[in-house]
Amino acid sequence: MCVTCGCGTATTHNHTHASENQGHFGTKTVMEVEKDILYENNLLAQRNRGYFEGKNIYCLNLVSSPGSGKTSLLEKTLTDLKQELNFAVIEGDQQTSFDADRIAATGTKVTQINTGKGCHLDAHMILHALQGMNLGHNLVLFIENVGNLVCPSMFDLGESLRVVVISTTEGDDKPLKYPDMFYTSDVCVVNKTDLLPYVSFDMEKVRTNALRINPNLRFFEVSCTTGEGLQEWYDWLKTTVTQSLQPQ
Amino acid sequence: MHELSIVMGIVRIAEAEARKSGYDAIDEIELEIGELAGVEMEAFDFAWNQAKRGTMLDKAEKIVHRPEGIARCLGCGQTFRMNNLYDACTCCGSCFSDIVQGREFKVKSITV
Repeated sequence: MCVTCGCGTATTHNHTHASENQGHFGTKTVMEVEKDILYENNLLAQRNRGYFEGKNIYCLNLVSSPGSGKTSLLEKTLTDLKQELNFAVIEGDQQTSFDADRIAATGTKVTQINTGKGCHLDAHMILHALQGMNLGHNLVLFIENVGNLVCPSMFDLGESLRVVVISTTEGDDKPLKYPDMFYTSDVCVVNKTDLLPYVSFDMEKVRTNALRINPNLRFFEVSCTTGEGLQEWYDWLKTTVTQSLQPQ
Repeated sequence: MHELSIVMGIVRIAEAEARKSGYDAIDEIELEIGELAGVEMEAFDFAWNQAKRGTMLDKAEKIVHRPEGIARCLGCGQTFRMNNLYDACTCCGSCFSDIVQGREFKVKSITV
């Protein structure tokens, strides 16, 4: 084995080392690290996941471009299902508590994370938000991520499921333009279906494109304005949550 | 611009490794960032030049290996080159596949 780089093939060495080029052979040490760049985040995400499991909390991470209707979907869901499920919400935005105020108006426990210039939530922010929330047991926690279809895709927060929301005003090529988010999501909610007669949005094309990236994606077509399609989303949510949360 | 948080993560990993062995500067860092890892390399390089300043990586040479995307079709078992996450199997056209290479995202080694 090569003692400088540990590549194991000293006899077929076809590369040089920087230290050799500089003429200091033997004075430098190569340290194998082999560590995932996101390991800090992933470790904290698993910690959050353990916390959720211990408290019987089902966590959904909502991601989308700004203005797709994440907050509207939450407002509707929280209002219509609050008799049947216990909810809590973590809101992520760069600035203001506007979204948290809208959620608080539904009577749901909510906390706001302001990321400042940050473009995504990470597991560390969620950890501290959880510490301040003092959540009870047996509930559904929604995390509304910062409106951004790129950056949040890389950051596991410890959620049970990731839900990507797109709206009919955004263009049906969105899944292909931002494939990472669709690749890492479990559910896709297409919002603003009431606007379909007025926009050139091809629902079949969106489904086909998104399923090319992630064939396991589950679709819901809803309008948070008219309420169309929400019942299907509610039924699925209730079934999924009930099956996942252990009776305590 | 999540590339900045990524670079800062790399700096923390590298500095912690070097410090563990009593070093205070890093000459070279070797990274592995797959082509399907979701990193925009132009943004990454921009963030790199900003974030390394004043750290142990300030003068370090950065070597980035970029494994190409390879997937195995769950339909026909064929292994094929995946340039984009939405590429279907080149043999049978199925979209059900496992990415076997190209999502790598790690610090491989540092030279001190």
